[in-house]
Amino acid sequence: MDKALEIKNLRVSFETDGERVEVVSDVSISAPKGKVVGIVGESGCGKTVTALSVMRLIPEPPGKVEAGQIIFDGVDLLTCSDRDMRFIRGNKISMIFQEPVSSLNPVLKIGDQIGEVLRTHLKLSRKAERVRVIELLRLVGIPSPEQRMNSYPHEMSGGMSQRVMIAMALACNPEVLIADEPTTALDVTIQAVILELIDELRTKLGMTVLLITHDLGIVAEIVDEVYVMYAGKVVEHAQTEELFKNPLNPYTVGLLNSLPDLRSNKETLNAIPGLVPNPVSLLTGCRFRDRCYMAIERCGMEEPDLYTYGERHSSACFRADEVKLGI
Amino acid sequence: MRGIQGSGYWGSVWQRFKEDRLALSAFILILALFGIAVCKNLLAGNSPIVLKYQGQYYFPALVQYSQPFSKDYKQIENTLNGEDFAIFPPFRYSPTENDLQSILSPPSKEHLFGTDDRGRDVLSRMIHGTRISLSIGFVAVGIAAFIGILLGSIAGYYGGIVDFIVSRLFEVMMTFPVFFLILAILAFRDPSIYNIMIVIGATSWTGIARLVRGEFLKLREFEYVEAAVALGSSDFRIMMKHMLPNSLAPVLVDVTFGIAGAILVESALSFLGFGVPPPEPSWGDMLSQSQRYVDFAWWLVLFPGIAIFLTVTSFNLVGEGFRNAIDPKFIK
Repeated sequence: MDKALEIKNLRVSFETDGERVEVVSDVSISAPKGKVVGIVGESGCGKTVTALSVMRLIPEPPGKVEAGQIIFDGVDLLTCSDRDMRFIRGNKISMIFQEPVSSLNPVLKIGDQIGEVLRTHLKLSRKAERVRVIELLRLVGIPSPEQRMNSYPHEMSGGMSQRVMIAMALACNPEVLIADEPTTALDVTIQAVILELIDELRTKLGMTVLLITHDLGIVAEIVDEVYVMYAGKVVEHAQTEELFKNPLNPYTVGLLNSLPDLRSNKETLNAIPGLVPNPVSLLTGCRFRDRCYMAIERCGMEEPDLYTYGERHSSACFRADEVKLGI
Repeated sequence: MRGIQGSGYWGSVWQRFKEDRLALSAFILILALFGIAVCKNLLAGNSPIVLKYQGQYYFPALVQYSQPFSKDYKQIENTLNGEDFAIFPPFRYSPTENDLQSILSPPSKEHLFGTDDRGRDVLSRMIHGTRISLSIGFVAVGIAAFIGILLGSIAGYYGGIVDFIVSRLFEVMMTFPVFFLILAILAFRDPSIYNIMIVIGATSWTGIARLVRGEFLKLREFEYVEAAVALGSSDFRIMMKHMLPNSLAPVLVDVTFGIAGAILVESALSFLGFGVPPPEPSWGDMLSQSQRYVDFAWWLVLFPGIAIFLTVTSFNLVGEGFRNAIDPKFIK
């Protein structure tokens, strides 16, 4: 299948206290055209850094992309010029952020903010720009867009703000949309609506979506293909259905087990013990072994690579064959 | 349904500013001073506002005429007859006209604020001096704000080595005792009003530059700036459209204090004799002239002193009120 975006062997490091710390190690992700690809993992496991690398938004210094390629449209984004990158951002690849309210400039009317994207990339007349802004606001389901375009961000709810952010991201019909936890800051009731909106627009406009989330519930809803990340590495990759039915990594099992299940009447949630390790002091061998219920001696000695099991399913675990859902 | 077309940020700032009575009165006083500065020729002077002379209308207070009469409108007034008339400003003395018959006369019905050592009307001079003080305040701070915002935003936006160089420049600038630097520069230049504006402006931008730099360093981390980058906006656009308007409020507070400072510096310069050259009336110069007669001619000291005091205090109060109004901690 055609790839819309391909991340190959990406390594990103940050400098803290004079020390270089690798926060993304050898991550490869490929997003087929027109699909929703999910990147899942706990906080601090490198999802956002991976996404920001695609947009070349890693602050340098202290950050640095050490190695890898990000192929979009036959070009490596990591080596193209700033000018080309500005052309791609917002035009070919767009991004929406976690906090919609703080992602909007408080002193500009939302119509002007959407208009700015259009002005940056397309040479539209004032009138055509206005028409397009109204069209976009209508597309993302904002009622009475003619009046709303004159609102300031503080006059809108979080859900409305995220719709505006999506409208801005879609202004130039991008080929790839990167959504970094687009629903985390929103009410549960609004979350589903926004997800549906993203999915609907993806089908309508034929975009590829890279969805970053820590919520497997979201994954189940709209994602076609999942990459599970832990401590800066991809630990499992599979089609969504396959991953939920037949996970091959203890970390994935842990994530799945920690989902609340409405059908059972269990009293407690099964959280994974411990925290995501600080990238400054990673374990040797498998990075997950101190939290893993299946760890063996070998896990402490070598680091497992991604092995392919069956069709389009890979996992980085020595005991992948023995992993079973539900412990 | 409030909100679809709301008042925006500045509307709410104004709402909060209005609650501070003292700042509001100071603001009204400043507006009044502006009115006086703009209408100075209509308020004080020896040229009539409207003159009908031999069937024709003239506006000598606003337009300069060479024909058909000489400058002395008093004589013309005496020869008016029939339909002709003249409407004079309420205070009928020119700020620069000497009247040797009424030297150093105390406040009276004729001269409300008295006269100075050349018989010039103090009130008229003060009215005309308003424009000098205000225009020096505004133009000097305008120059300072331009330099300060430009350098501060470059340093704050780009950070790193650029910030290092520009910040060292502020610091070097700040080590100079500004007042003596101004005196030193004016020693080589003509003390015209324009030179004073430029010199004050070019030496007082460091505060604004540091403030803008700080704001930009802070705003650079804000998500909407990152979002703007992610949407492909250019550096210049992000600085001008996204960051500057958001850092403007604290800068305006500083600008207000800066105006008060510039007016004070001009008064001090004029007092020392480096200021606006005579016969142009300036409050500081009037104070300086009054020194010799301070024993008995109290009106020469009091009125210009009060004018400087009130103006500077008003600008400071407005700056203070404005600072409280934009401070998020004061939002109720």
